[in-house]
Amino acid sequence: MVELLPNEQAVVDLGGIRKAISIALVSGVAVADYVIVHVGHAIGRIDPEEAERTLALFGEMAAMDAQDAAAHDKVTV
Amino acid sequence: MKYIDEFRDGQLARRLAERIASEVQADRSYSFMEFCGGHTHAISRYGIAELLPANVRMVHGPGCPVCVLPIGRIDLAIMLALEQDVIVCTYGDTMRVPASKGLSLIKAKARGGDIRMVYSAADALAIARQNPQRQVVFFAIGFETTTPPTALVIRDAARENLENFSVLCCHVLTPSAITHILESPEVRQFGTVPIDGFIGPAHVSIVIGSAPYEHFADEYRKPVVIAGFEPLDVVQAVLMLVRQVNEGRFEVENEFTRAVTREGNQNAQSLVSEVFELRTSFEWRGLGEVPYSALKIRPAFAAFDAERRFALTYEPVADNKACECGAILRGVKKPTDCKIFGTVCTPENPVGSCMVSSEGACAAHYSYGRFRDIAIVSETASV
Repeated sequence: MVELLPNEQAVVDLGGIRKAISIALVSGVAVADYVIVHVGHAIGRIDPEEAERTLALFGEMAAMDAQDAAAHDKVTV
Repeated sequence: MKYIDEFRDGQLARRLAERIASEVQADRSYSFMEFCGGHTHAISRYGIAELLPANVRMVHGPGCPVCVLPIGRIDLAIMLALEQDVIVCTYGDTMRVPASKGLSLIKAKARGGDIRMVYSAADALAIARQNPQRQVVFFAIGFETTTPPTALVIRDAARENLENFSVLCCHVLTPSAITHILESPEVRQFGTVPIDGFIGPAHVSIVIGSAPYEHFADEYRKPVVIAGFEPLDVVQAVLMLVRQVNEGRFEVENEFTRAVTREGNQNAQSLVSEVFELRTSFEWRGLGEVPYSALKIRPAFAAFDAERRFALTYEPVADNKACECGAILRGVKKPTDCKIFGTVCTPENPVGSCMVSSEGACAAHYSYGRFRDIAIVSETASV
């Protein structure tokens, strides 16, 4: 979100495209928040910490694989 | 773009897929239904089906808003435009859904109906303000994601005492549709499809939260994993479902914690319950009449209910006989099982509703999936 407007409106930047949307359905959003927009309305907000946690989980899965592969190599050698 | 690109990392997707392959049990098969059309689209577009082991099958569900809209409802909107001189506003996807007499909203527009495509319900309200001498109807469709914006415009219209605006409400509910798929008597007509678990919707769950699926997982003993719409979200959700099945668990797990909480968006929920109440029954294309599966406008807002204002009565209309959308929406048949798929019925000229929206199972397979059936000719292989 890049700018707050009157009447529960705000401007979002969607990969370079700016669009005025409604923020009437979410409370307490501020400039620099990431919101999920559906048919011109913000319906929710992205929680940056949870996003990091999910990405870290993907990373862990990948790392587990690497370990498995290493273990597998040892067995086959 | 932030929070998008990281969730489309192909390298990581392949590693997660390897993980799935190493955890599935070879002596059993896994069928998971992705309820939501957004996931159907992601699975086709990013080639997720090919990444999965052969014994993991994704079954497309009925969570595509235009796909489940019955012909009789579109006929009502067309009638308003052509016979009552109403300005009908609706979302773009709805425009091309086939209706009776070879019509669709877009063809009715070509015949002179004042039918306008809007991006948001708020745009329909603006059109009503700009045309005080005309009646304006917002033809409102969709699941729990599009319902709060419709509630908002009805509330605003009531505040402004706008006399020329009303809503033809066709909003439907996700949890009752999932339940219906598992227990409906009509399922016998198509045969049943074994489903071992569900990928729960992304945006719908932002609004309703993860709690509404808990009763469902418990009662039907099926795991549910709520997932985001990006490809890594979907692959991770499949891994979480495989683990639940292997361990004999049936819980609601949330992969999409960056946007979904247990409670959901309570602002939106209270607005929706202020404006809407449950319908005792509603016809879904493909599922038939489903009890308590849709919303209607409360009597307090009756002035903004197009069904009351224009005394509309709903008439069910049978689908085209050749079309397999009914069985496809239940996950019993695949798009390629349909005789007219890709020949008579294409995204340019859809016969069935599943071919209309990019979220429909047929359109998704036509645009992306069908290419995996074509053998890849490799120059280097022959060397």
